[in-house]
Amino acid sequence: MKTGAKILIEGLQREGVETIFGYPGGVVLPIYDELYNSSLRHILVRHEQAAAHAADGFARASGRVGVCLATSGPGACNLVTGIATAYMDSVSIVALTGQVPTSLLGNDAFQESDITGITLPITKHNYLVKRTEELGHVIREAFYISRTGRPGPVLIDLPKDVSTKEIEYEYPESEQVNLRGYQPTYRGHTRQIDKAIEMMMEAERPLLYVGGGVISSNASAELVSLAEMMGIPVTTTLMGIGAIPCDHPLNLGMLGMHGTRYANYAVTESDLLIAIGVRFDDRVTGKLDTFASQARIIHVDIDPAEIGKNKRVDVPIVGDSRAVLQEMRERIQKRKEYERWLSRIRTWKEKFPMRYPRDGVLRPQFVIEQLSELLAGEGIIVSEVGQNQMWTAQYYCFRHPRTWITSGGLGTMGYGFPAAMGAHFARPDQVVFDIAGDGSFQMNIQELGTVSHYQIPVKVAILNNRFLGMVRQWQELFYDRRYSYTELPAVDFVKIANAYGIDGMRVEDSKDVKPALQAAIETDGPFILDFRVEREENVFPMVPAGAAINEMIGGYSE
Amino acid sequence: MKPHTLSVLVENKPGVLSRVTGLFSRRGFNIESLAVGTCEEPDMSRITIVCIGDDAQIEQVMKQLNKLIDVIKVSDITENDRVERELALIKVTAEPGSSRAEIMQIASIFRAQIIDVGSRTVVLSVTGDTEKIDALEKLLRQYGVKELVRTGKIAILRGTKTVKSAK
Repeated sequence: MKTGAKILIEGLQREGVETIFGYPGGVVLPIYDELYNSSLRHILVRHEQAAAHAADGFARASGRVGVCLATSGPGACNLVTGIATAYMDSVSIVALTGQVPTSLLGNDAFQESDITGITLPITKHNYLVKRTEELGHVIREAFYISRTGRPGPVLIDLPKDVSTKEIEYEYPESEQVNLRGYQPTYRGHTRQIDKAIEMMMEAERPLLYVGGGVISSNASAELVSLAEMMGIPVTTTLMGIGAIPCDHPLNLGMLGMHGTRYANYAVTESDLLIAIGVRFDDRVTGKLDTFASQARIIHVDIDPAEIGKNKRVDVPIVGDSRAVLQEMRERIQKRKEYERWLSRIRTWKEKFPMRYPRDGVLRPQFVIEQLSELLAGEGIIVSEVGQNQMWTAQYYCFRHPRTWITSGGLGTMGYGFPAAMGAHFARPDQVVFDIAGDGSFQMNIQELGTVSHYQIPVKVAILNNRFLGMVRQWQELFYDRRYSYTELPAVDFVKIANAYGIDGMRVEDSKDVKPALQAAIETDGPFILDFRVEREENVFPMVPAGAAINEMIGGYSE
Repeated sequence: MKPHTLSVLVENKPGVLSRVTGLFSRRGFNIESLAVGTCEEPDMSRITIVCIGDDAQIEQVMKQLNKLIDVIKVSDITENDRVERELALIKVTAEPGSSRAEIMQIASIFRAQIIDVGSRTVVLSVTGDTEKIDALEKLLRQYGVKELVRTGKIAILRGTKTVKSAK
């Protein structure tokens, strides 16, 4: 005889889970009691939101399913932002929530909330388990749904009596999941792939536009190989960074609102856009009808609903990025030279490089560049959201997939620090840095407790400008410098870190940046760096909201 | 922009209807009419949805519906040869005397049944397509429609064709 709680823990282990992030409470007591003697590692966070982000960071860094656990009501509700973050960026996490006993469901019982109802629009699927007998099967299905097809979060809501009830149960050895309403397409349609190749042969100015789908399907090698074989330049979205090494001659860096000028110019002049694992997000396209308006469009995505959602597509290919890229490469028979196009791009790259003033002032871009040099593209870099995120995307040289972890779609401030904790458990061999702003860091600053408790060696580099910098930038540019509620008072982050037993250092001079970063890297445990950076530095270049992406403002390049 | 009739086969599980309707509201699609019931497969239900949109919008609706794990099949049967029915129950003021006879005459023309007769009202039951029910309601209005209850539209393909799951 086994309790539901035991079936749950066994089920998680059968799915290969080793670490979960959670926070206990009343209705999950039976589950926590089962964890007490389990070999499953549980990391006690300081706020449930952090548990969801940590599971998400774990999933992005490892390519496996991340798991978080919270109690009913407030615990479950605190997961919501984390689940929505994972949903928007297609990250596979399984969220487990306790629920009041089935006899009380719907009665407004203590700490009851309809979490399956609340998370309906932000999960790939969710379950309210009403019978212990269903539990084993639900766990199997949840993991399957979360990691296959277009990955996403799945929530399992477990009423207390479902966890306590004892039943005869053997976890099935190799139960096939067969869902008649869920059959993802992995292989692309061969005729469509041939049509795409034909278009590449006809094109003069082709461009690969790749995103998070290439990272999540582990298709980086296939992408680089196709790009090199055909000599087609590549631009990545924020989520696609790392798919191709930053210093690869065919890499144009990021496109879109804070993309490079050369990437945006290339999109605008391209005659064939090969979009892979992307969704034509508004932060990428700017004004939609001018985006790639001279180009025919090939769109590869595993989710048919993304194809044609925002932009009309000439050749839709539903399939897994990796499988399609592989087949494309195999079916290409001829090569074509795009030399004129590549030389035009080289000219743009020379004329409009990414640049900022190197005047000895402690600028945030300088901090990122120094870190990039020190780590030489190794390590895992997690960011918060806002200016810190954009500067990291622009100035850190990423060389590998799954080493850049950021909240792209939802843009969740406070994501980075807990996600960095999760990334550490996925890749304990790697140095993990959270690049933060003073605003974002204070959104989940309580996780200093977790990091200290378990001595999680996460390094935090706070680009402290005492502003909510990105909002301030918009106020400067579009609201006549009326800094309405964006200025933050100074905080001594080193003192706060010390209070948690964590080492830290404040840096006020640009010449101290490198030694400080070095000290952080050489510290075994967690470390907090408080960089007092230039306060009103802006992220440039920039496409104003609603403008075409080649109408960029700012930048020190002209 | 025109009305599309979608026939949606779903798992007969709790919460499926809210998954489907929730999707319509959060993606900004409008539902004109909705009818749900069991179907020939014991563990499935069939939802008939009428929604208005241009071709791109309807394509997006169908793709988004297909993404729901509990949705087994979505078919747009707007262009197919099909039979459609709605059912309406109409309570009409019918004072004893001449109007009652007239109402009964109208009912017989529309093949509606009188299913309840009260001292001052009658209740008509009518099935048919949307236009027929609209027409009857309009005619009855002069006598005073006290209450009107109408189902969503259901539809079925003519001939041997069916809307079934692939499996």
